[in-house]
Amino acid sequence: MKLALSDADSAFRDELRDFFNNKFPADIRERVRTDSLNYPDDVVTSMRVLHEAGLAVPNWPVEWGGKDWTPLQRQIWSEEMRMACVPEPLAFNASMVGPVIAEFGSQALKERFLPATADLDIWWCQGFSEPEAGSDLASLRTTAVRDGDHYIINGQKTWTTLGQYADWIFLLARTDPNAPKKQAGISFILAEMSTPGITLRPIKLIDGSYEVNEVWFEDVRVPADQLVGEENAGWSYAKFLLSNERTGIARVGTSKVWLTEVKERAAKTAVGGTTLLEDPLFAARVAEVENELLALELTQLRVSGSEAGGQPNPASSILKLRGSQLQQAVTELAVEVAGPDALPFDAPDAVDSPEWAQHAAPRYLNYRKTSIYGGSNEVQRTIIASTILGL
Amino acid sequence: MNFDMTEEQQMLADTTRDVLLRGYGNVEARNKVVDAPLDASPGYNPEVWQQLAEIGILGLGFDEDSGPIEVLAVMTEVGRRLAPEPIASAALVPGAVIAEHGTAEQRALLDEVAAGDRLLAFAHTEPGRRGAPDLATRASEQGGSWTITGRKNPVLAGDSAGTLVVTAAMPGGGSGLFLVDPAHDGTGVRRVGYRTFDGQRGADITFDAAPAQPLGTGGDATDAITAAVLNFQSALCAEAVGAMDESLRLTTEYLKTRKQFGVPLKTFQTLTQRAADMYVSLELARSMSYYLAVSVADGRFDPTIGARAKLQIGRSGQHIAQESIQLHGGIGVTAEYPIAHYAARLTAIDQTLGSATDQLRYLVGQVGSYGTVML
Repeated sequence: MKLALSDADSAFRDELRDFFNNKFPADIRERVRTDSLNYPDDVVTSMRVLHEAGLAVPNWPVEWGGKDWTPLQRQIWSEEMRMACVPEPLAFNASMVGPVIAEFGSQALKERFLPATADLDIWWCQGFSEPEAGSDLASLRTTAVRDGDHYIINGQKTWTTLGQYADWIFLLARTDPNAPKKQAGISFILAEMSTPGITLRPIKLIDGSYEVNEVWFEDVRVPADQLVGEENAGWSYAKFLLSNERTGIARVGTSKVWLTEVKERAAKTAVGGTTLLEDPLFAARVAEVENELLALELTQLRVSGSEAGGQPNPASSILKLRGSQLQQAVTELAVEVAGPDALPFDAPDAVDSPEWAQHAAPRYLNYRKTSIYGGSNEVQRTIIASTILGL
Repeated sequence: MNFDMTEEQQMLADTTRDVLLRGYGNVEARNKVVDAPLDASPGYNPEVWQQLAEIGILGLGFDEDSGPIEVLAVMTEVGRRLAPEPIASAALVPGAVIAEHGTAEQRALLDEVAAGDRLLAFAHTEPGRRGAPDLATRASEQGGSWTITGRKNPVLAGDSAGTLVVTAAMPGGGSGLFLVDPAHDGTGVRRVGYRTFDGQRGADITFDAAPAQPLGTGGDATDAITAAVLNFQSALCAEAVGAMDESLRLTTEYLKTRKQFGVPLKTFQTLTQRAADMYVSLELARSMSYYLAVSVADGRFDPTIGARAKLQIGRSGQHIAQESIQLHGGIGVTAEYPIAHYAARLTAIDQTLGSATDQLRYLVGQVGSYGTVML
């Protein structure tokens, strides 16, 4: 056992740290810090700057722009990026559809899509969830019926994050309704968002933001060569996709940055003749969350340190579960710091409540999503109970 | 960076596990040993103690060949079997202090310790002085001879220790370390032995001008005491992880085999979801236990790391102890079934060398002194 990084990993970290802090556009980092990123431009610029430096898709095969990094190095990359407030590469491209095409797609699909995906010339969105298929994803009803050299797609997807900016969608559709198991008749298909018959409706969230959408498919004709891999094998590709991205899923770095801000603001917040940060009741909550963040960070390092053999460490299932809880805990503390200044929202400049305080409660409410998306925490517990504990 | 045990460390764990399993294959064997009358038994099994000595467990950390990671490997197995042998408190922790700071003559005691023939105890905690910045027990010198006056309680394994490693305030300030022989009458040492609620042994020890030998060259030993406390905390954290691991294993076994309403308990999601949360608690505790052991092994004797580890172990230990009992139902609070004994041990570990609340208080005291929390 050794806590310190090797000299090589330490140099690796310093190089990344230097790039993120000194060579990456500072204005974008500042907008991440203040939660005011310009969509989609900042995301596109960020990914291109990262890709230019070879840092956008390190988990891809080397021939398509990936890096032959160890799991620990990927972890370092992810955390350094978060600590420096550099926007992570668009997940739909970098960690979802890209690796699936690289692993299961034909050579033609790879050549057609991977370069444009890495460079964000194509913005992808995800068509998995449906109104009647949430945690029970395999019960999805969207169909794709083969018609000559096309598929005709009908159905509805939902919770399509950032779909309003997307050029393409990767979706799961049922190609064999008579398959013996519901998982067996599903295919993984790529469709251009501008294809006739696709319509999109934004869903407004509790914080007033538009992040997610509903997407309808009405007799949408998609060329059959946009099928990834084998027909009816889509479920295994989807499982690959969902299990693929563990790196950074705990978002420890982001929570640390936010908690640091919580502390800075609490130190300036007067309460009962002292500051909020000096109030033992509040300080105890901060100290406890800090400790929990370190425990998770160490667990994450244990997981990545021992995955060198290729086998996922079972402890990795903790990362999503606990990481989401801690993100939520930090947003909760931010509301406490804002206090009554949390009440005004988008108020005129003349209103005394600072902007961060006005955004604290909406962000807190928005972040209830983290324990729901990407496999709800209840699903994570079920995975732990069945695959690790054998229950 | 890595958190894997070497092959040798893994073998050490396996060997310890085998020895303890032979001694404590079932809860009755342990109950018999820990429930034996105070004056008729040392509270552990002398045969197991001897076997531990023979395979080198009782001398771990006394030389360069082994250290906190080996101690972690062993103590996790001690926790898993709930062995009452005072390996950390009577051998490894005070032994490491003597090994590091003792004179050649004092270090010679360690041969007896490693052979299982002499027990030590670390007499540090004082009654009524939680979180106190200094010690009430005082050392005095007269004509080149030292004596100690004060009271220590609880002193784990203090009931049968042949040599006490005692902390005391120095006349010129700071804290010193002394060796005291408690065995003979008329030496100014009065000790009252007892059983702890979780089946360990301890003593309340009063020193009244008791003759004492400065450890090593004497003088201020504040750093050495800090290191000893961290070593002890690290051993306790590892032991707690072993106890949590086994608690969860017993609980999942129970959920698989126990039937109610005609089906195994694991059919009920309300129970399996809670078992999953116990697993999360366990792994977070394991991470923090590694963190402390690795830090101490690297010579990083930082009380903040001890506080962080012990806070997590306290939280996880309480969670797993309570849920283990609840998921078992009535049998979970009986003495004839093992699970409540694990809960008892986890509770005792929390209250040894600073509870989760004590550690949190310590951390709160410095939370404003840095921006971003770092390892």
